[in-house]
Amino acid sequence: MTTVAHVHDTTDSPFALSHLDSLESEAVHIFREVAGEFERPVILFSGGKDSIVMLHLALKAFAPAAIPFTLLHVDTGHNFPEVLEYRDRVVAQHGLRLHVASVQEYIDAGKLRERPDGTRNPLQTVPLTEAIQQHRFDAVFGGGRRDEEKARAKERVFSLRDEFSQWDPRRQRPELWQLYNGRHAPGEHVRVFPLSNWTELDVWQYIQREAIELPEIYFAHEREVFARSGMWLTAGDWGGPKETETVETRLVRYRTVGDMSCTGAVDSDATTLDAVIAEIAASRLTERGATRADDKMSEAAMEDRKREGYF
Amino acid sequence: MSTSTEQLSEQLAATTLLRFATAGSVDDGKSTLVGRLLHDSKSVLADQLEAVEHASRSRGQEAPDLALLTDGLRAEREQGITIDVAYRYFATPRRRFILADTPGHVQYTRNMVTGASTAELAVVLVDARNGVVEQTRRHAAVAALLRVPHVVLAVNKMDLVDYQESVFAAIAEEFTTYASELGVPEITAIPISALAGDNVVEPSANMDWYGGPTVLEHLETVPVSHDLTACHARFPVQYVIRPQTAEHPDYRGYAGQIAAGAFRVGEQITVLPSGKTSTITGIDALGESVDIAWAPQSVTIRLADDIDISRGDLLAPSGDAPATSQDVVATVCHVADQPLTVGQRVLLKHTTRTVKAIVKEIPSRLTLDDLSQHPEPGQLVANDIGQVKVRTAEPLALDAYADSRRTGSFLLIDPADGTTLAAGMAGESFVSAKAAADADDDAEGWDF
Repeated sequence: MTTVAHVHDTTDSPFALSHLDSLESEAVHIFREVAGEFERPVILFSGGKDSIVMLHLALKAFAPAAIPFTLLHVDTGHNFPEVLEYRDRVVAQHGLRLHVASVQEYIDAGKLRERPDGTRNPLQTVPLTEAIQQHRFDAVFGGGRRDEEKARAKERVFSLRDEFSQWDPRRQRPELWQLYNGRHAPGEHVRVFPLSNWTELDVWQYIQREAIELPEIYFAHEREVFARSGMWLTAGDWGGPKETETVETRLVRYRTVGDMSCTGAVDSDATTLDAVIAEIAASRLTERGATRADDKMSEAAMEDRKREGYF
Repeated sequence: MSTSTEQLSEQLAATTLLRFATAGSVDDGKSTLVGRLLHDSKSVLADQLEAVEHASRSRGQEAPDLALLTDGLRAEREQGITIDVAYRYFATPRRRFILADTPGHVQYTRNMVTGASTAELAVVLVDARNGVVEQTRRHAAVAALLRVPHVVLAVNKMDLVDYQESVFAAIAEEFTTYASELGVPEITAIPISALAGDNVVEPSANMDWYGGPTVLEHLETVPVSHDLTACHARFPVQYVIRPQTAEHPDYRGYAGQIAAGAFRVGEQITVLPSGKTSTITGIDALGESVDIAWAPQSVTIRLADDIDISRGDLLAPSGDAPATSQDVVATVCHVADQPLTVGQRVLLKHTTRTVKAIVKEIPSRLTLDDLSQHPEPGQLVANDIGQVKVRTAEPLALDAYADSRRTGSFLLIDPADGTTLAAGMAGESFVSAKAAADADDDAEGWDF
């Protein structure tokens, strides 16, 4: 009972960390654990905001030295050109090495078949898992957050995958304290999620605090879009619109950036970070609910894809 | 946009983070409480609620089943139970919360241990009609064992006992007496109805005899930081940063997260287990050079001397360095399906150091129901809690878990397949915590 006397109230403790500082410190700790324990780690880098924040945290974790990791991007062939341009610019700027696994190449080689609905997002799993095997990556950083989706809420920070990259949610290692267990057999790897405990708003507030540059499509701009399944999809060579769908020019921005065939834009006039944050804080829709077609396929869509090796 | 500018700027202001865990038996209404906290703090968004309504309808249920918000796995939804720990996130203008939502089944003690290991507060739910039951005692024991600094007893379903003060008072007294004996430092009892919303977020109009905080109010105001002067400073070295570039030809920094206490430039430190000493010449706090840094900041420390330091070493102030030993006495919670046996060879992971070890003895196994000790059980199986003696191949700088949750905890790992076998807490077992507290009444504050 003597402990109470030593406790400070949060409001008057000079040593309380802000929630962003706590999250940053935890994520940096995770990056350094992987650097200390694994032989061939890689960061999944799509040019989306979560992977951009991951890269920023990794840069801070090892400064003034370079990041001891390479990057991997699974290019569906339907990625936004602005995002690919951003990706290549950032990679060059920091002198990083980028591996690209191409869904288009798999389709051209007859190893994958285009889906009738035209979405290529689920097709990423095979190129991703084959790239992991081919390069013998033993730790693969993903930007997944537990607040995104209820199956992701069950995900560990260090998540063991078998030689087929499969996730078995019933056979996960308990994760205790900050003691991450990265032991794995040859052929297995560990998916690592440094942003597990971040929410969408945390990510945006951190981007603002750290003044991190983003691809322009995260801010309101005029774009040629058409409506499908309640979302505004970008018109383009990837396969939209169909004859029954009409293209219009709208003021929109993106909340998530994935594949053009499954990522919808939202109506928005938010052209600054302040405006984006205000918009998200007031939104009554989750990020994925608003803009991702792939999660709407079934109640367990994310769990099923994760079981197969999706990130 | 319905949120006013003031509300928004309040919501976005710098806030602190509270990690807490919930525990409750199967039908105590834990999902309802979690659902209400999320719902009333406006953390359930329209599309999530729509998905729950849709799924509830397709199951033939009339009202939306809030448990579907939290049961994320196919198997959980099929069976209608929570199998695994899930983490939830919500925020109020005063604080951000990470909730470890842990299953209540007896066979998932390991999951409550998992949730409690990082929690600064645990909410233990009881049904007002049943009072303190076996499972409640088990949850109190786990919270005490894991040294969770604050425990909230939420006496739920007060609406079903006519909101009687006497019912609440009797349960609160029984629980507080029991938990205090176990060494739980701070207990707050709150009468609630998660279903009706009494005292969860809004104060109850049905219990004007209760003058304390609602659950949310308590979560928002409970203190989470300690006086650093009461903690032993500890810095496990995670990684050595040596750029060897033209710009930084001689930079050598020891990267890590401060596990406890504070470190200052100019301070003399000792490196463990080698015992070498040096002086801190610089602290880099993720891009900023600082004079002082404290737990749990991730920093890089530079020293005056080029001494041999690598991942797994521990830096501590020279005047306050822990002893090193190859013999570990600890309480463990067994978390794997395969048993832990006397004579077994294992790996022991302590902070950033992993060493070979052998289980020399399992002196006792604890029966959580009545806290009785079962001597020399020979092995521990899933969800067992017991004392172990472990001999390590190299010396470790272990603190007592009672002094430091971060440097007093460890994992036992199966070297063959990497399975996490047990969660370990070094030092005296919690059942002797009361005796220890009596003997040493001015014990230092718990560090976490």
